[in-house]
Amino acid sequence: MIRTTLAALLLTTTAHAGEIWVTNEKDDTVSVISTETLEVIKTYETGERPRGITFSKDFSLLYICASDSNAVQVMDPNSGEILHDLPSGEDPEQFVLHPDDRHLYIANEDDAITTVVDTESRKVVAQIDVGIEPEGMAVSPDGKIAITTSETTNMAHWIDTETQELFANTLVDSRPRHAEFLRDGSEMWVSSEIGGTLTIFDTATQAEKAKISFEVQGVHPDRVQPVGFEFTAGDTHAFVALGPSNHVAVVNAETYEVEDYILVGRRVWHMDFNEDRSLLFTTNGVSGDVTVIDVAKREAIKSIKVGRFPWGAAFRPTN
Amino acid sequence: MRQLLAVFCALWCAVPAGADVTLSAHYLHVEVPLPPTLSNLDPIPEDNGLAGALTGLKDNQTTGRFLGQEYELSQTYVPEGDDPIAAAKALLATSPYLIISAPAEVQTAIADLPEAQGALIFNTSSGDITLRDADCRANLFHTLPSDAMRTDALAQVFVQKRWTDLVMITGTHPQDVAYAQAVRQSLVKFGLDLAGEKEWAFDADMRRNASQEVPLFTQDFGDYDAMILADEVHDFGRYVLYNTWEARPVTGSEGLSAVAWSPVIEQWGAAQLQSRFEKAHNRQMTSQDYAAWAAMRTLGEAVTRTNAVDPETLRAYILSDAFELAGFKGRPLTYRAWNGQLRQPIAIVHPRALVAQAPLDGFLHQVNELDSLGLDQPESTCEAFQ
Repeated sequence: MIRTTLAALLLTTTAHAGEIWVTNEKDDTVSVISTETLEVIKTYETGERPRGITFSKDFSLLYICASDSNAVQVMDPNSGEILHDLPSGEDPEQFVLHPDDRHLYIANEDDAITTVVDTESRKVVAQIDVGIEPEGMAVSPDGKIAITTSETTNMAHWIDTETQELFANTLVDSRPRHAEFLRDGSEMWVSSEIGGTLTIFDTATQAEKAKISFEVQGVHPDRVQPVGFEFTAGDTHAFVALGPSNHVAVVNAETYEVEDYILVGRRVWHMDFNEDRSLLFTTNGVSGDVTVIDVAKREAIKSIKVGRFPWGAAFRPTN
Repeated sequence: MRQLLAVFCALWCAVPAGADVTLSAHYLHVEVPLPPTLSNLDPIPEDNGLAGALTGLKDNQTTGRFLGQEYELSQTYVPEGDDPIAAAKALLATSPYLIISAPAEVQTAIADLPEAQGALIFNTSSGDITLRDADCRANLFHTLPSDAMRTDALAQVFVQKRWTDLVMITGTHPQDVAYAQAVRQSLVKFGLDLAGEKEWAFDADMRRNASQEVPLFTQDFGDYDAMILADEVHDFGRYVLYNTWEARPVTGSEGLSAVAWSPVIEQWGAAQLQSRFEKAHNRQMTSQDYAAWAAMRTLGEAVTRTNAVDPETLRAYILSDAFELAGFKGRPLTYRAWNGQLRQPIAIVHPRALVAQAPLDGFLHQVNELDSLGLDQPESTCEAFQ
């Protein structure tokens, strides 16, 4: 059954060759997975404790938060060579690349600061005081708003990217971990790990619009902890990693109902899709692997062994 | 900053304009004479507890500046021989929030003061079970786990590892005796057998002759699965490890220990709290630091969510279902509504790593697995919270 599914997938995905790049937090490496063969094809060394990972808009550069090296590293993804480090402030954990393809907004977890770095001049443009343990980072599609969530202050901080100043701070449930805007920019979603919820904000008013909670059969609610999430093609659904409950939830982005739970590896953390968003790759920190989910069928189809404590994931096309 | 707040309020703030609220709390440390211990290798830090409260204060202040809420913490040390009750009276005259490090009987005496009625007092230093039981007070909350929570955690490990045949060496200090009693109760609760028990009554210097004395002292236990040490003042325990007649694991106050907090805890984001603490205080975070941090953060969380600073509102919120504290232990921390104890996972550690975290898998509970640790509602005779 799985073999036929895979064969079918291979046929349908050949037109969209690509790679998923995964940071291995406790191995100081990135693993490169082929979205065609679903196998690790390369492993490159990075700085210490790599976590956040993202590509430049043309996929020619890879940015890696090397948290314990206190740097954002810039890698040539074709050679695996580290080209240079960017100043990042201390302990960069997670970041987001502005639509201008030039400015990185970086959460400095130990310093309660968001650092804005110009990747061209390689200089720090601004440092913004935020709450304790900033982590989740997002930027609106029009580039006007950046978001930092702070884990211990329990807020989403709204940054005006023109002035680099905060213009709103909205409380969410305990330990916010990740933030994303819908592609049309109308909504901003935040996951709260310990609170066990997703909070949805109306971008225009920064008012809370809805709150989603989860219930996984056989798992105590305390252990259902939403972390990373991504939207499917057309923003119809969100796939939400539920941490130590070892499940990914499928949330209908229009009705805000949870439609499905998919069993994956242990302590599922972040994720990314292949090019046409037919496959989802989740990082499972404790089991040290990546689960591949067939998005249409909402089934896990394969586990891929990567390094120790896989954390972030980023896609790049290769054709 | 002011300007920024104004902008933020115009856009979002639901709270009344000029809603600057300030919560003032006091940290009260009552000095207790410590018994001499054989080794001076690990002195108890002078700011044990206080440093945690200060880190919690800073966490609160950072959050507060986005919400127009401020936090203050004063510190009072009562030296040996001075009257802690008089000091507490003076503090309660200026604020209803006290974070206390003091012996159990001093805490109840403070909680019983007329000035303390309606106050919110946090016990951050005593694991005394009766404080959560018959001697509980409606104004006294506990962020440090009770001895029973810790020994129940240890008993869960014994059950899981099938170490069912246990022996214990007990010190003679009141803390040792109380801990040993908690161990006995936990073993009964989890169906384990205490096959032998001996009192530590040496007056020789074990630093030089542990390798001669301890094998002999432990020989007559015969065979067993694991040894428990009740040595809460950390006097002799460190010399028992690797010197027992039988090669068996040593647990309890030394060796494999059940604690509220330890520098070896790094998961669940704890690495960030540890590094924040170490940077600020140049030392590692202890269980008492953690308890004081949790007390300060409890107040902060309640103020953040209610925008109030009166103790009645905060107490009600802290005991409600809405309250949850992210305490770097992998699940939300809440308070037991029947005795004011902070529900929390207990770390099972050795000096170099976390071994397990209780409640262990498989120890179920009809309401909350965390209540498999310590006095559960039907067992507690506390009536003050009803």
